[in-house]
Amino acid sequence: MAETTLQPSSLPVVEKKKKSESAILRVAKYMGVRLLSMGFAVVVALYLTILIANMGGYVDEIRRGQIREDIQQFVRNDPSLKQLTGTQRTKLIEDRIVIAEKSLGLDKPFVVRSFAFLWDAVTLNLGFAEFMNADNGSRSVKEIVLERLPSTLLLLGATNVILFFATLFVALALSRHYGSWLDRFIVATSPMSAAPAWFYGIFVIVIFAAFLHWLPFGGMVDAPPPQNKIEYALSVLKHMILPMLALALNGVAFAIYQNRTFFLIYSSEDYVEMAKAKGLTTRDVERKYILRPTLPANITNFAFTLVFVVGGAPIFEGVFNWRGLGFTAVAASGLFDTPVIVGTTVIFAYLLAITVFLLDFVYALVDPRVKIGSESVNP
Amino acid sequence: MNSIKRFFIEISQYPSAVIGLVMIFALIVFSIYTVFAIPYNEAISLWRGDENVWYKTPRTAQPKWMNWFLKDDLPETLSFNTADGQGTKTEEFSNDTNKIFISIPFDYNSKFFPQELAVYFTSKFKTKEPFVSIKVITPNGDEIRVGSFAVGRTHTYRFSQDPKLQRRLKGNSPEQGIFMDLTSEVEQVVAVPGRYELQIEGVGFEQDSTVDAEFVLYGQVYGWAGTDHRRRDISIALMWGAPIALMFGLLSALGTSITTMLIAAIGTWYGGWVDEIIQRITEVNIILPFLSILIMIGTFYSRSLWVMLAAVIALGIFGAGIKSFRAVFMQIKESAYVEAARAYGASNWRIIMQYLVPRIIPLLIPQLVALIPANVFLEASLNLFNLGDPVLPTWGKLIYDAVVVNAALLQGQYYWVLEPAFILLITGLSFAMVGFSMDRIFNPRLRGV
Repeated sequence: MAETTLQPSSLPVVEKKKKSESAILRVAKYMGVRLLSMGFAVVVALYLTILIANMGGYVDEIRRGQIREDIQQFVRNDPSLKQLTGTQRTKLIEDRIVIAEKSLGLDKPFVVRSFAFLWDAVTLNLGFAEFMNADNGSRSVKEIVLERLPSTLLLLGATNVILFFATLFVALALSRHYGSWLDRFIVATSPMSAAPAWFYGIFVIVIFAAFLHWLPFGGMVDAPPPQNKIEYALSVLKHMILPMLALALNGVAFAIYQNRTFFLIYSSEDYVEMAKAKGLTTRDVERKYILRPTLPANITNFAFTLVFVVGGAPIFEGVFNWRGLGFTAVAASGLFDTPVIVGTTVIFAYLLAITVFLLDFVYALVDPRVKIGSESVNP
Repeated sequence: MNSIKRFFIEISQYPSAVIGLVMIFALIVFSIYTVFAIPYNEAISLWRGDENVWYKTPRTAQPKWMNWFLKDDLPETLSFNTADGQGTKTEEFSNDTNKIFISIPFDYNSKFFPQELAVYFTSKFKTKEPFVSIKVITPNGDEIRVGSFAVGRTHTYRFSQDPKLQRRLKGNSPEQGIFMDLTSEVEQVVAVPGRYELQIEGVGFEQDSTVDAEFVLYGQVYGWAGTDHRRRDISIALMWGAPIALMFGLLSALGTSITTMLIAAIGTWYGGWVDEIIQRITEVNIILPFLSILIMIGTFYSRSLWVMLAAVIALGIFGAGIKSFRAVFMQIKESAYVEAARAYGASNWRIIMQYLVPRIIPLLIPQLVALIPANVFLEASLNLFNLGDPVLPTWGKLIYDAVVVNAALLQGQYYWVLEPAFILLITGLSFAMVGFSMDRIFNPRLRGV
C-alpha cells in the first residue's frame, strides 16, 4: 500500500546513449506499440466483461425463459384466443416466442452475439439498458451514464482535486518541520486510511446527522428541491459536507504522510544540499529541487485518482445515497442489466487506457531525463 | 532466530507498532476464546435461530452498559420459569380439580416502560385443558386483572396483544398501563418503580393436570452488546466476526501478495514474452469491474465465504502490486551477485527462488500486513451488497442488517452500527499501524524519515 507510491519507481533510469534511429521514428514506433498493447488490453478486458456480465450466455437462458413465460401468460389470458384448440395455441405461442427472440437477437448463438456486443462496446455504441432508465425515461445507456457522471464528478472529483492539492502543500510545509508535533500526529494517524471512506461515512452520519441533526443523512438535495438556483446550489453543498468529510478522514493523513515522506527522501539528495549551500532561498529550493523531480509521480497519482473517480465508489455512494456512477454500476449488476455494466466498464477502460498512454508523454514533458521509447521508460 | 529478535527490538522503538501488536494479540486471543466458548455449530444454529430460540430476548434492545451514561436506568430483561423453581408454585387437589397458585414477585426499578410482557405456559393434561387467570399486584397494592383463558399443551400469552386488557387499562397499552399510576390525575408517563407481583391462578380438571408458567419481562437493554431485529444477541456476531475477519484478511492477503510477488519475479527474470503476457494480463485485470464481477458470482453461483475468498484472491493476483514488485526486481536482476549466480550456472528457478525472492521479503511483509485490513474491510463491504455468507455471523452482516435492512441510524439504534464498526476499526487500525511501522523499518529509503 504505502510503498507502491513511496518508491519513485515510475522514475525512469537515465537513458544510456544509444545512437540508432532518429527521434521521430523512435517515438512513432513506441507510440504504435503502446497503442496496440493498450488497445489489446481494452478489447480483452471488455470481452471478458461481456462474458462475465452475460454469465457466458446464461443470462440469455434466463431471458428466453422469461419470454416464454410472458407469452404463455399473455396467450392464456387473452379472451379473444380462448376458442383456439390446444395444438393451435401451442403453435401460436411457439411462433410468438420465435418472433420475440428474433427481435432481441436471441436466435443467434451467444458466441456470435458476444462478438457483436464487443464491436458495439469498442465503437462506443453503448445501446439500450434492459431494465434501468435515466430520469427522463430514456433507456439509452449513454444517457444513463451521462446523467450520473456529473454527480460523481461533483462529489468525488471535486473532493479528490481539493484533497490532492491541499495534502501536497501541507506535506511540503511539514517536510520543512520534520519531527514537529503536527508531523508526528500525521504519521500516527496515517493508518486511518486502512478503513474505507464509506466506513467513516457511517461514523459522520451517526454524529452529524443522527445525533446532532446538523446535516442531512444523505441524498444530493433537499426533498422538495429549491426552485431558486442559488438555494439549490447551497442545498447541494450542504449535502456534500458529510461525504467530503468522510473522504477526508479516510485519505488526508495518509496522503500527507506519503507526500511528506517522498519530499523528505528527495530533500536529502546531494543536489538539494548543494543548492542550499549555494544560498538559494527555501522557496527556490523547494520549487526547483524538491517539487520538480517528484512531479512525474505526483502527476501519475493525480491522473489515476481522476480515472478511478470515474470508476466510482459504489459503497460510498450507496451509504450517502448519492446517485453516481458507482451506485449505478452496482445497481445494474444486481439487475443483471448487462448493457449498463458493459457501458460503465467501456468508459472506464477507455479513460484508463488514454491516461496511461498520455502519461508517457507528460513524463517526457516535465522530466527532461525521460526519453519516449527508451528501454526503461515504463517500469 | 537472531534476526527475529533484532526485528522485535527494532519494532519496539515505534510506539504505534507496539500498540498495534498488542491489539492484534488481543484480537487473536479473543478469536480463540470465541471458537472455544461458542463452538461453530452452536454459533450457526444460534445465529440462524428464529423466535423459538430467542423468545426470551427483547427486540432491538440496547446493550446494558448504556445505563452507565443515562440519568435514569432503562429496564433490564427479567425472566422467571416456574419449571426451573423460580417464583413459588403451590398445588392443591380436591374434588377432581387441581388448584394451582403461582406467584412471581419481581423488582422493577426503572422509570421507563418495558418493551413487552409475555407468559409462556406449558401444561399437562389428558383430555381437558387447564384454565388460568392472571393478575398483577402493583407496589401500591392495586390488583390488575390481566386475563383468563384455557391453556393447551403450550400457550403464549402476550400482554400487548390483548385488546380487552388494554380497555381495562383506560386505553393504555398493557406494558405501560400496568406500570404507571392510573389513578393519578396528572398525565403520568413514567413507570412506578417498586415490587410487583404476577399471580397466576390455575385450575386443572384432572388429578395430574398441572400448569407451569414462564414470565418474561422484555426490557429495553440486554446483554453487553444488545439485540437485533430478530431478537438475536448481537454479541454472537461480534465475537464470531473476529475469527472470520482475521481468517479472511490473512488468507486473502497471503494468497494475493505471495502469488503476485512470485509472478512478478518470474516475469522479470524471464523477460520477453513471459513478461509481456503478465503485463497485459495485469492491464486487463485492472480494467475489469471488480465489484460487478463479485456481485455476479454472488447472485449466480454462491455467496459462501470461501467462494468469495477465492474470487478476491483470483482477481487480486494480477493487481497493481505486480508493477511495484517488478520495479524492485528489475533493480535486483541487475545486481552483481545475480550475475555471479548466472556465471556459476545456477538454474533459472534457483535464481528466482534463492536470489530474487529473498531480497523482496522485507518489502513484501509490510505490504502483506497492510493488505490484511483492506481485505477485512472488503469482506464487510461485500455484506453491504448482501454478498455476505448466508450462514456465518460477521461484523459486515451486522452493519448490513442495521444500516441497509432496518435503517437503524434513522431510528436511533446507534449501538447496532457502532459496535461492529468500532471493532472493525480496531482491527483495521492495529494491522495498519504495524504495517506502517514495518514499512519504515524494512524499507531502506524510509529509514530515519
